[in-house]
Amino acid sequence: MKQYKYFKGGVKVPHYKNSENAETKIMPIPDIIEIPMLHHIGAPCVPLVKVGDYVMVGQKIGDSDKFISSPVHTGVSGTVKKISSVLFPNGMNVQSVVIETDKKQEIHPDVKPPVIESREDFIKAIRESGLVGLGGAGFPTNVKLNPPPGKTVDYLLINGAECEPYITSDYRETIENSWNIISGINIIMEYLEIDKVIIGVEDNKPVSVDVLTDIAKTSDKIDIMSLKSKYPQGAEKMLIYALTGRIVPAGKLPLDVGVIVLNVASVSFIAEYIKTGMPLTKKRITIDGGAVNTPSNIEVFVGTYIKEAIQFSGGFKEVPKKILMGGPMMGVSQFNLDSPILKQNNAILAFNEKQSILPEQTPCIKCGRCVRACPMNLMPVYFDIYHQYKDVEQLEKLDIMSCIECGSCSFVCPANRYLVQSIRNGKALVKAGGSKK
Amino acid sequence: MNKTLTVNSSPHIKDSINTTNIMLDVIIALIPAMIISIYLFSYIAAVIIAVTVVSSVFFEWIYNLATKQKQSAGDLSAVVTGILLALNLPPSASSIWLGAVGSLIAIIIVKMIFGGIGHNIFNPAMAARVFLTVAFSSQMTSWISTGADAVSTATPLAMAGNGIVTSNLDLFLGNVPGCIGETSALALLLGLAWLLIRKIITLDIPLTYVATVAVFALLIGQDPLFHILSGGLLIGAVFMATDYVTSPMTRKGKIIFGFGLGIITMGIRVYGNLPEGVSFAILFMNVLVPLIDRYTIPRSFGGVKKKNA
Repeated sequence: MKQYKYFKGGVKVPHYKNSENAETKIMPIPDIIEIPMLHHIGAPCVPLVKVGDYVMVGQKIGDSDKFISSPVHTGVSGTVKKISSVLFPNGMNVQSVVIETDKKQEIHPDVKPPVIESREDFIKAIRESGLVGLGGAGFPTNVKLNPPPGKTVDYLLINGAECEPYITSDYRETIENSWNIISGINIIMEYLEIDKVIIGVEDNKPVSVDVLTDIAKTSDKIDIMSLKSKYPQGAEKMLIYALTGRIVPAGKLPLDVGVIVLNVASVSFIAEYIKTGMPLTKKRITIDGGAVNTPSNIEVFVGTYIKEAIQFSGGFKEVPKKILMGGPMMGVSQFNLDSPILKQNNAILAFNEKQSILPEQTPCIKCGRCVRACPMNLMPVYFDIYHQYKDVEQLEKLDIMSCIECGSCSFVCPANRYLVQSIRNGKALVKAGGSKK
Repeated sequence: MNKTLTVNSSPHIKDSINTTNIMLDVIIALIPAMIISIYLFSYIAAVIIAVTVVSSVFFEWIYNLATKQKQSAGDLSAVVTGILLALNLPPSASSIWLGAVGSLIAIIIVKMIFGGIGHNIFNPAMAARVFLTVAFSSQMTSWISTGADAVSTATPLAMAGNGIVTSNLDLFLGNVPGCIGETSALALLLGLAWLLIRKIITLDIPLTYVATVAVFALLIGQDPLFHILSGGLLIGAVFMATDYVTSPMTRKGKIIFGFGLGIITMGIRVYGNLPEGVSFAILFMNVLVPLIDRYTIPRSFGGVKKKNA
């Protein structure tokens, strides 16, 4: 095990890994699922099916001709009942395909293991698989794997840090699917001609460390580093620094420093897809939070309604007052329980009344805790001030766009300032100001 | 849309720290100094502390009432100001009304008029002390010796100016004339330890301040330990210079701040007309904080070096 670099800042968050020993349960096919046309960062897809069409398992139902995008598939067979729309928490209305399932689960004839002879074939196959970054951000994986001409990649980093509280879906993946992870790593190494792999995992998951250490032993090209638990260790830039000592310049991608970072679940899926040709239609998610009965891990079809997934996992113990998609540090609070589960979703948290209410803001006392907590070495306190004055110039000078919105600053703020919210508003001001120039 | 769900920006959890429990930790850190002051100067110290705390809280309450603002005394910062002000007063009967006047200045003029907690430029207790020193200089320098037979005397720094030497052990324990809370280095260091353990402050400011004073003293051939242990240096370095609102936020800024404090303090002590320079040093450096903050903005992770904002 090699020594890693320790990034500056960060915070100690509670772990709440209540579901770590909950073996993944497979949820039966729901009667209706609703698959939105956007599960990724990039352009939304256009539905390829119309009302009344019969769809089969693995069939592509949405695609886009834009470069940064990823196709959408159905994991169930049935009839398209309606082309509807889903209101995303960012205020965007996204088209969706509502499917009434017939539970026959006939597999579409297109679903067969991809034939891969070259690097281009591989990247094309990954695009067709509909894979997006499963760590939560949902960046299309094919774009990530495809360095622009002139850029060489020498490191593949596997992210098993899972630094968000509550979430254990990646942890369960390493325990339940370790062989897929190793074969996925080997496939990527082969096709992308990378010969250095480092797996990063936080040391609060000893079983995961053991399993991944065994994987690393299978090849002298694979190394593992057990990282001290510190939030946000799993953030891409922090992980790259920890494992390779490289710093991704502001506004650049990991590819620019010769690195590809993939989540353990993404790697595992790649192995599965190359073997079977079944696109990404299912997802393991953690269900937890103060309002649910049983913290658990379940495998659901993409497009399953949140409410039904929680019902299956054991239902509510209290009236939910906040529903989060993702972890409590970076997760997105939902408008309602009828939102469908997305590909990059790794947890649904239902908070009870007490957990839902954030303390009221009090005046900033300039203690500097946010400055010390910021892993990007920014000064959140100034973003809070300058966004109120709409001072775009200062916001830009202070590098607001480098903020990764990890939430560490708000977490430690003794005045309970809504710093991330201010930063998001500030970023919007900068973007609007930039377009005027 | 489900109207019963809360929707807000992430993060959705918070650690338990808030302004009130930070202030509570500062109060706890001041307990040793208060106990020793009562032991050294008897009940008068307790009376002065009580008067300043009560009047500070009262003035904050009345100001909020008069200006129709939300009551803020609950954050305990007025209590901290009151205690610090008391510890900076001489242990004489006139300090009782000096304390009340000082609280008025500290809370109304220095803190609330500037916008309340977080918006003041000067440390309220320090500014009030300086006001009192200038306005009521004879009452503010009526020192008495410690112990039962209290007699009028001069402070070690003033005596040193006349060539009289005080033992460093007496200075460390506080067995010397001086303000209520500034005399015992031991009590103040206990407070420092608490603040560090509870991660309320970092060592940057106190250490650079004290180190600068020590090096300055060495360079001019005086006893560094005497300068560290005498006067208001330790209470200033531990409790007043580390006040969040009136000190820089970055590590680099804190070091510059501490260095400036040390130079000014020693400049006044050695070359100035006043025996003590801590309060003026802190007030002067308070003014420079926005400037220091502005010139010590760190480079972002992966960011390019840029001009100061």
